[in-house]
Amino acid sequence: MTALLTIIVLILVAIAIWQMTKMFELSQVKADNSQVANDKDNRLNGYLMFAFLIFIYLLTIFSFWKWGNVVLGTPASEHGSDYDNLMFISMALIFFVQIITQALLHYFAFKYHGKKGQKALFYADNDKLEFIWTIIPVITLAGLILYGLYTWTNLMDINDEDDPIVIELYAQQFNWKARYAGQDNVLGEANVRLIEIDKNNVIGIDESDPYGKDDVVSQSELHLPVNRKVIFKMRSQDVLHSAYMPHFRAQMNCVPGMITQFSFTPTVTTQEMRADQGIQDKVKHINELRADRRANGEDAEPWEFDYILLCNKICGSSHYNMQMKIVVEEEDEFNAWMEQQKTFGEEMAAAN
Amino acid sequence: MSATAVNVHADDHAHDHGHHHKETFITKYIFSQDHKMISKQYLITGLIMGVIGITMSLLFRMQIAWPGESFGIFEVLLGKWAPDGIMDPNIYLALVTIHGTIMVFFVLTQGLSGTFSNLLIPLQIGARDMASGFMNMLSYWMFFLSSVIMVISLFAEAGPAAAGWTIYPPLSALPQAMGGSGLGMTLWLVSMAIFIASSLLGSLNYVVTVINLRTKGMSMTRLPLTIWAFFVTAIIGIVSFPVLLSAALLLIMDRSFGTSFFLSDIFIQGEVLHYQGGSPVLFEHLFWFLGHPEVYIVLLPALGITSEVIATNSRKPIFGYRAMVASILAIAFLSTIVWGHHMFISGMNPFLGSVFTFTTLLIAIPSAVKAFNYITTLWKGNLQMNPAMLFSIGLVSTFITGGLTGIILGDSALDINVHDTYFVVAHFHLVMGISALYGMFAGIYHWFPKMFGKMMNKNLGYVHFWITAICAYGVFFPMHFVGMAGVPRRYYTNTNFPMFDDLTDIQVVMTVFALIAGAAQLIFAWNFIHSIFYGKKATQNPWKSNTLEWTTPVEHIHGNWPGAIPEVHRWAYDYSKTNENGDYVIPGQDFVPQTVPLQENEEEMNH
Repeated sequence: MTALLTIIVLILVAIAIWQMTKMFELSQVKADNSQVANDKDNRLNGYLMFAFLIFIYLLTIFSFWKWGNVVLGTPASEHGSDYDNLMFISMALIFFVQIITQALLHYFAFKYHGKKGQKALFYADNDKLEFIWTIIPVITLAGLILYGLYTWTNLMDINDEDDPIVIELYAQQFNWKARYAGQDNVLGEANVRLIEIDKNNVIGIDESDPYGKDDVVSQSELHLPVNRKVIFKMRSQDVLHSAYMPHFRAQMNCVPGMITQFSFTPTVTTQEMRADQGIQDKVKHINELRADRRANGEDAEPWEFDYILLCNKICGSSHYNMQMKIVVEEEDEFNAWMEQQKTFGEEMAAAN
Repeated sequence: MSATAVNVHADDHAHDHGHHHKETFITKYIFSQDHKMISKQYLITGLIMGVIGITMSLLFRMQIAWPGESFGIFEVLLGKWAPDGIMDPNIYLALVTIHGTIMVFFVLTQGLSGTFSNLLIPLQIGARDMASGFMNMLSYWMFFLSSVIMVISLFAEAGPAAAGWTIYPPLSALPQAMGGSGLGMTLWLVSMAIFIASSLLGSLNYVVTVINLRTKGMSMTRLPLTIWAFFVTAIIGIVSFPVLLSAALLLIMDRSFGTSFFLSDIFIQGEVLHYQGGSPVLFEHLFWFLGHPEVYIVLLPALGITSEVIATNSRKPIFGYRAMVASILAIAFLSTIVWGHHMFISGMNPFLGSVFTFTTLLIAIPSAVKAFNYITTLWKGNLQMNPAMLFSIGLVSTFITGGLTGIILGDSALDINVHDTYFVVAHFHLVMGISALYGMFAGIYHWFPKMFGKMMNKNLGYVHFWITAICAYGVFFPMHFVGMAGVPRRYYTNTNFPMFDDLTDIQVVMTVFALIAGAAQLIFAWNFIHSIFYGKKATQNPWKSNTLEWTTPVEHIHGNWPGAIPEVHRWAYDYSKTNENGDYVIPGQDFVPQTVPLQENEEEMNH
């Protein structure tokens, strides 16, 4: 691969030098050496402008054909479909405007390329025209703003309706921990000043707070029951992190010194998502790629789909590997997993 | 001389010519107070910083495309940070950070605005020089000093600043959190503090010059759009840069004097730090209060240059002059009240998010007006495809492509899932990075004859443009898909997430395009340097332009015009203007310079 890259770079440099000398020679030989565009330049670049328009269109089509399937796919949360709807509408609008404006721009550049004797139209103002293309964006954007704000307000309205489960996401360089509120569904008080590593109180829960006794800290996986609203309370012990759960269309920064929150309802279990057609195709494709890499002696085990929590705010040297597996499961499976976990009270009792 | 000369009334000035001070090499080329020389100093410093910034981007692009591969070039350029040619994760973050800092501030703020504001403001408004030549010189040398400190910071033992160009604390405040937050970050802050002072000195000068030193007849509504753009840019800079300085100062205090403006409740490397009560969110507010207007500080000069270049080369007036001015003002105003859209998910009150969504999407309206006006200016023109014109059309294209995705990112709800992903990177590189660079190139190709008295080679210009244009889309269009797949930015490698494995080929495609684009800039570098020395000698008005700078002699003289300062009788855009009988106003010539009085039977445009 290195050799290939070196060769590519060398070829490019060679081409660049060749082009430079060639162009330089050409420009020396020519009689017209004013370095101001003449009719020939105008024509050539006019055609190239049109070609460039086609290039943009082809690049768009090619990208969708080749990479259209790499995007995230089926949303796994209740608000996810609203989010995807809004995204789809915005995208459709964007592509509509993009296709038309790029066409006008490059077509005009091609059509009106300069010719000797051609007279440009002295056209300095047209209030009606300008009013039209001011008012159209105003109306369209008003619609988008209203729809966007409606979605945003719903999403950010974090309340206790529908019996939500409260979970704390705790970030540090460079891993995640999750704290469940336990039977009482209330998180015990916590502060980094209460951290006692040797007693295994790694996230600083207040031992004297009775609400904290039944809290459960998971250091490996984040389990969520399906179809039950979750309220995440985020904390960070050192620098900014961002809890990014792309499949759930969810993200919130974790800020040292304050508690931030985000809420959503997972609607698709990990098992169900693995059966999703889009995900199956993706997994199949990726496993083919990984098989190739294995054949080349690389360490690339076959991959099974899992939801994931990533850190999405630069947090230091291992920022690129700060992750936690998320498991969405049926209520009874979740309860069974919960049974196996030790509560904070039990752990402290063991440490003392 | 200029320090006193500019205070003398324009008419008197004509008389005091002929008794120039003796200029030594040092006063002429180094500590010059002449705006034309200072503009060249800005340009060349900016271009050198640009080489550093772009090279850095190529290095980290190679790491993303071929993660963990060993490259000889890494070992050569990064030394101990690339043992056996394999890039270290810390230096990856440093490269990303310094690339952003250099490109945004050193290349596209002072390199672009500093160069062309200095060159064009006096020349296009009809002034002998800037209001204060001395302050202007001071501004450049502070910029130079800050550039030197920034470059020196790259050699800090524990690494250069690496907390991202936004240097959010606590990461940037705590050397325990990353090596780059030690001496590297200190130097970064010192460099930026000096940079801000430089920018303020420059901006104040620009504003005062535009307000006070316009020649007779040059009303505000006859100003070329370039000057409007530089003028408004300078005002935005004056409003917002001081806020960044305060953020930097508070951060310096947190780092060095134990205050807690931005820090609270921190447990790191086994111990609790004493900080209590500060908030990183406060820093984000302060940073983006500059950070967002900064986008327009970068972009508006490019749009101003484009307006001028497109009108001249279309041989048509810019369409909707007053709407263009109004858009610049509207963008400038809105730009100072949208900063919160960088912070939708920072933990600030969601209601604030709603407000910022509203103001942010409003900014799309003047932007759309500008784009449509450019397109209409091309319509039924007689387009002269000079390299500057190609870059200007390219700018409109990338401005639209990049601007449209802003509708998604500015929408707080949609931002949730694409925030800090490659979607953002693609968006801002197209709309402000590439667009502003195109504006800068357009400016260089267009005003090179004015700056150096020589012409640049147009054929090399064409090759440069077309390779760059194709590669810019080749890099940044596919990048949107990477973002939509949920890949966070600033990841040293994506190999720890099998779900991103199917993106490897996109990454390679983008990097190859980036390398080609980087190589294409060598063509420009060659053309630039070669033309300075061996280029064809320029004529006085090579592009047949109306503005005042083309009435000055090709050879630079102190005070710009050998005789009296010209008087202005019309706006800058009387291209292809005809009388009622269909003939050009000046027979046989499709442009009417601003110095030409109104002809008989000619109606002045309502400006």
